[in-house]
This record gives sequence, C-alpha cells and structure tokens, in this order.
Amino acid sequence: MTLTKDPINLLIAGVGGQGNVRMAEIVGSALLQSDYLVSIGDVLGGAQRGGSVASHIRISKETRYGPYIPEGQADIIVGMEPVETLRVVTKYGNPGTMTITSTRPISSVDIFGRRVNYPDLDLVFSSIREMSSKVWIIDAMGEALKLGKPIYANMILIGALIGTGLLPFNIKSMEPILIEAFGNEADTKNMSVLRKGIDLVKQ
Amino acid sequence: MAKIEIDEPGKSELLLGNEAIARGSLEAGIGVATGYPGTPASEIIDTLASLSKKLNIYVEWGVNEKVAVEVAAGASFAGIPSLTAMKYNGLNVASDAVALLSPGNIGKGGLVMVVADDPGGISSDNEQDTRNIARMLEIPLLEPSDPQEAKEMTRWLFGLSAEQGCICMLRTVTRISHARGTVKLGALPRKQHRAYFDEVYNPAMPTLTKYNPNPASLMHLISIERMKTVREKFESSPFNWYSGPDKPGLLLITCGIGWIYSQEAIKLLKLEGRVGILKLGTISPLPEKLVKVHLAKALKILVVEEMDPFLERSLMEVAANLLPDAPRVTFYGKNSGHIDAYGELKPDKVIKALAEILGLTYEAREARYAKKAEELLNAYVFERGGAFCPGCPHRASFWVIKNALRLDGRNGFVTGDIGCYQQALMGTGFYQLRTCQSMGSAAGVASGLGKLGQFGFNQPVIAVCGDSTFYHSTIPALINGVYNQANFTLIVLDNNVTAMTGFQPNPGTGITATGEQTKPITIEAICQSLGLHVEVCDPFDLDNSTKTLLKQMDGGNAPRVVIMRRECELVRNRREKKKPYQIVIDPAKCKGQDCGCNRYCYAVFNCPGLIWDEKAGKAEIDEAICSGCGVCIDVCPHKAISRRA
Repeated sequence: MTLTKDPINLLIAGVGGQGNVRMAEIVGSALLQSDYLVSIGDVLGGAQRGGSVASHIRISKETRYGPYIPEGQADIIVGMEPVETLRVVTKYGNPGTMTITSTRPISSVDIFGRRVNYPDLDLVFSSIREMSSKVWIIDAMGEALKLGKPIYANMILIGALIGTGLLPFNIKSMEPILIEAFGNEADTKNMSVLRKGIDLVKQ
Repeated sequence: MAKIEIDEPGKSELLLGNEAIARGSLEAGIGVATGYPGTPASEIIDTLASLSKKLNIYVEWGVNEKVAVEVAAGASFAGIPSLTAMKYNGLNVASDAVALLSPGNIGKGGLVMVVADDPGGISSDNEQDTRNIARMLEIPLLEPSDPQEAKEMTRWLFGLSAEQGCICMLRTVTRISHARGTVKLGALPRKQHRAYFDEVYNPAMPTLTKYNPNPASLMHLISIERMKTVREKFESSPFNWYSGPDKPGLLLITCGIGWIYSQEAIKLLKLEGRVGILKLGTISPLPEKLVKVHLAKALKILVVEEMDPFLERSLMEVAANLLPDAPRVTFYGKNSGHIDAYGELKPDKVIKALAEILGLTYEAREARYAKKAEELLNAYVFERGGAFCPGCPHRASFWVIKNALRLDGRNGFVTGDIGCYQQALMGTGFYQLRTCQSMGSAAGVASGLGKLGQFGFNQPVIAVCGDSTFYHSTIPALINGVYNQANFTLIVLDNNVTAMTGFQPNPGTGITATGEQTKPITIEAICQSLGLHVEVCDPFDLDNSTKTLLKQMDGGNAPRVVIMRRECELVRNRREKKKPYQIVIDPAKCKGQDCGCNRYCYAVFNCPGLIWDEKAGKAEIDEAICSGCGVCIDVCPHKAISRRA
C-alpha cells in the first residue's frame, strides 16, 4: 500500500488514563513494520492525570517528521472521548480531515476544582461533523462492554481506523504487534475485537 | 525481549527518545548508570535498570542528583564508562559536584551526563535552559534533533569523555525524550569491564592526584585548553551539516528539536529554494570556523532553538569576530522577538517567524473555517483540571490538614514542595499549599517561618513533603529546624514510592532500582534519632488523623513530625487488581439537593469517583472510576455512603 499523501498526520486524542499513548505506540509499531518512518509526540494539556492527551503521529516514506503536527494539518483524527475529539478537530482539523470518534463522555473538574457541565452530546457531534469531511461515530465503549471488558474500546477504535482504509496497514500487520504487546492468549481476543471495529465502520 | 536489547545492527525499532539514549549508552559499552527520577528524564534509568542483570551493568537510583553524579564519577575514576541522567532541576542540585568534577579529570571510564529540559514546564514548575550551565562549567555539550540522533550522540559522547577525561553532556528536551521515533540500531559490544583505581598514594608525588581540581588556576587553564581541543573536534563533526541553496536569501541556523520544525516550516512555505538550514549538534563549544563559513552565505540569519537564545548569543559572538570588511549580518530570533524565548517551540512558531521576516502570508486554514473552529472550541470545549487519582491518600491527607487548620483557628497554613502532593495548590487538595518551590523547600521555608516568634509571628506552620523528597533534601532542612529550634510541624506524606515520575523505589521502599531487596530506611527512625516526637497515622482514618495533627500543631522550640502513611493507590491497584470495597450510596439516606450540605461529597470533597445524578438530584458512585477506598463514607453528613459487604 502507498500513502495517499506524505506525510500522513494522524491524531489520537483522549483523556489521561484512557490508554491513548499505548494506542499510538501500537499503531506506530504496525506502520514501522511496513518500513514507514514514524514519529509520535504525546501532547498533554494542563493537567497530568485526567487531563487532555493528544498523540501526534507522523507517517512518511521520505523523511522523519517532528512530534508536533502543525496547526490545521491533521489528515485523520481518532477521538476516544467526544469533547477531546472536538478539541483537536478545532485546532488541527481542516476541511479535508476525516474523523472517528467514540461516544462515551468523560466528565471533569476545571482548574479551580469545580465540576464542569458536559455540553450536549448532539451539539458536540454536529460540531465535529461541521469541521470534518467525513465522520464515523462509534459506541466503542458499548461494544467493548458487550465483548467483556471496557479496555477493548481502544482496540475497537484501532479496528475502525483499519476499516476506514485511510492508513497503509491491515489487520494482518497488527497481529505480530499485538502478540508482542499482549502475548498470544490475549491476541486471539484482540483480533476478534479488531474485526468488530472494522465491521462498525463498514456498516 | 525489550526493544533496546535487540542485538541486530541495522534493525529499526520505534523507540522513546529516552530509550534511544539508554540504547546509545549500551552501544558505547556502559558499565554503570545512576540518576534521580524526574520528568522527562526518568525512563533512561528505568530502562537500563530493567536490563541490568541480563547485560551485566550496575544501575541505581541515587538519593538525590548530587550523589547520583558522584556515584557515576567514582565508577569513571575506576575505569568504568558511566552515565548519569536527571531533569534540569536535578542539575541544579548536582551542580556543586559537577562544578568541581569538571575542571579535574574524570578518569578513563568516561562520564556522560544527560540532562532533560522541560520547555513549557509541562511536568515542571519553572523553565530553565541547562545549556547555560554547560557553558559556565566548561562541559562539552551536544544537542540531538530526534531520538535517532539522541542515540548516536550518547554513544559518541562516551568516546569523547574517556579521551578528554572530562564530563560530557547531552541536552535533551521533553519533545526528544518523550517522543517516539524510528531508530536504527547499532551493534552492542560485549565488553568485560574491570574496575581499578589507579591514583593510589605515590610517595614520590604525595600531593598529586588528578581526581581533584587543584591548583585551581592551573586546572582552570587546562580546562580552557581542553575546550579548545574539543572545539577543533567539533569543526568536523557529522552532527553538523548544511542543506539548501548555495546562496540562500535567508540562512536558518538551528539545533535540537528546532531543526525538525524548521524543515517542516520551510516545506509548508515552499521556501526550499530561498532558505538554507545550518543544523548544529555540537552546541558548546561552538565550531567557530564552520559557523564563519556559513555566516558568509547570507545577510539575514534566523536562529531557531528551544528556550533561551543560547545558540543565538554564541553566533553573535562569532559574528562580532568576523573580519572588519565582512558584510554586516542581521540576526532574527529571540532577541528580535520573532520567536518566543519562553514556552515550547512549535512548528507553527517557526512558520510564523519565517513568514514575518520574508514578508509572506501564511494561513494554516482558510479564514472562515478557522473562525468557525474557534467558535466551536469556545462554545463546547472545556479545560480539564488536575486532580488526585481516585483513592489517592493525598486527598484524604489534605482533607485532614484543612479540617485541623480550621479547628485550630489561628490562620495556620501549609508550605509545600515537589511531588504529586503539590496538586494541593489546586482545588483537588482544597488549595492547602500556600508556598511551593524546590525539592525539600517546604521544611526549609517552615524552618524560617518557625523562627519569627520574636517578631510576633504566631500562626501554626505545617510543612508537607513526600517520602522520596524527605530523603532527597528535606533531611538537612529538618536538621536545620532542630538545631535552630524552629517551631513547625512536618507532615511526611508517605506513599512508599516515588509516584509522580513513574513509581520508582526510594530508600524507604525496601527495593533497589534493579528490584533487589534492601533494608528500608524508615522515616520515623531518622526523625527519632534527631530527638523528635513522631506520630504515624493512616490518612484514611480522617477522625484520628485530624486529632493527632491538632495535638502536634504546637510544640514550642522543636519541629514535630507526623507521618501520614498509606500506599499509593495506583501501586496497590496494580498489585491487587481489585477494589478493596464496593462503595454504594443509599438513595433513601442521601438528601440530595435538600440536604443543605451543598453536594458536600461531590463538590467539596470532589473525588472523581463521585458523580451527581442531575435527574434524581442525588450523589452517585461512578463504578468505572471509583477505587473503592471508602474515605467518602466519613465525609457524608448523613451516612448515606457505605461499603457493601
């Protein structure tokens, strides 16, 4: 597979603790196996725990890129939390950006320690749609719970990313990476979770 | 098998910058590695520690950075290549040792010091550019531009250090240390090291040893001469190169992460034919001849670097020494205001500077789209503030402190310092910290406040520190307070681990960096040896801890110590993998909006595990987030929260 453009700029956004740094590493490792030059930068918001985290992933055949995507240069955004998806779409998105977002919201306290009122989810999704050329809205957590564990939500999203066909990798290239990361036993389950994610974007 | 022990030269792996640095030291045949945890440097030692037994290297966490440097120096004196790694605040602690190691000789082993800056203070409390310290102390300094180069430079510096007999330094930053990148591996040597100290007493020359910077002026001269030799070596270093047209309209000179951002900025602005890049890796001493050749290429020079205008000033020095008839060049960068001298460098800052200098317009996005994006951001996207983890003992400790100070009623307050607990500057710790500086400064500042009685000062002073900070630098401040009879209460928030930097063990944990059992040095034994009264309590027992603290608020002319002891919840959860209790709220007992408690558990105690059911108007437990600690049970005025049997 070849790249539709070089570099491809992928953002994975979430909340500290959701596991997006690990997700970025898994996606990056799979691409590196196909001889792409990969750079990843994890950009944290103001808070260490429970704060915003965005992993900037740069994929190129030609040269090494930096750990920061310049403003407005994201090609693909994977959001693990709706407001976090919107946060990075508004900063790094452009009219061609394609976006996958999970539906489960995570509430927060603000910097003064007060609870923040979570915005209306439908408005968040319509905003993401307005800023992207194509959007896949996925109940990753709901599907993960059906499959047995909340943590599968991340693998559902990686599956969805594979399913869009936007990146030069497939489910086969994920297998050795998942075995390395989780061992043989977890792998069988993870592969079926990945397939579920692929199905969800193809529906 | 860990990625950094793969012995297949030429193979590419996705490595964290810090892993690449660790790998570079392995490719150089390192024998000893030391450090003190500090973001963004910790993973260098973490990675080496996890491989120490397999690779027959010795790795330790020092009690603080000064001792860590000295341990590494001892190894180098005995011929063992050694590495020491720390964050920039750590170099401040270590600089007394480094300042006297630098002009002397470091021995045949070689000592490479890796110092990680944190521009933007992402995991730090100030901004500081350590390159200034390297220059002040006459230490050769390299600055890598990506994880691959971080590995190559680390490896190369070991050779330079052993050859020149001096400490050599690698300056990394968050976006190098914590970036992941494709790294091509080199060969792993299997060196058998043998340690021997060769400067034993010699009756013919009894006063002479090279491991000493005396006589000061002579050794300083030797150090200056050594830097000249290093400068000459740097002239032909492969870490410096030029790319671009022969006669560029603008010459961009850059180093570190600035190089990779500059390349991208030039590409986005399509300036490949107009702008040339001189990328420098050998930053101090600067290779002057090389720089002079390139300074003659253009009349406009833009300097791109992260944090201080360090390279910029050095380049200006070189420019000042150009021949009198050389054309005058104009420097753009931090001094001209085109690039900020604070905060993180980002590709967008380089794009903006280039566009301004060359009179170009660059729109990252079409104006209407950008305007809409900003509107939506302001309408729906909120800032996520910091909070102690669910089940964190510090939340309970600061609840106790807050209540004890209020019950005491004399406007007492808390001095603080560096660790997870400094989040008590914010709402999650009820804003209890009123001062916060460096490691150990809580006790130092309290020791000062505690001597102001003769000026009418009568407010209770509580100093808080973590267990690792206690060993690192609270001990001298506490001894100062004992010796000088200062009136304050020290609370040690003992969670038995250095949590903030990634759960490293410390002298109280009873485990070494490489996982061996060692005798824990208990905090109470140290305090009791100073003749101090020590109380130990469990912060989850809110009532008893509050009473204990209230009793220790006064003590005349000696500090008091209260140890709030409870294991870090994340460590407990990793080990036990389950909640200690199922916590439930009885909706019949929770009075909700009508209670008058003002949503006490949810809005005041404010644990992320507690949520508010807006429809029912009552508190609720978020099962996915609650850790099951049960502290909130004692917070509810109506006993609506309980443990389910």
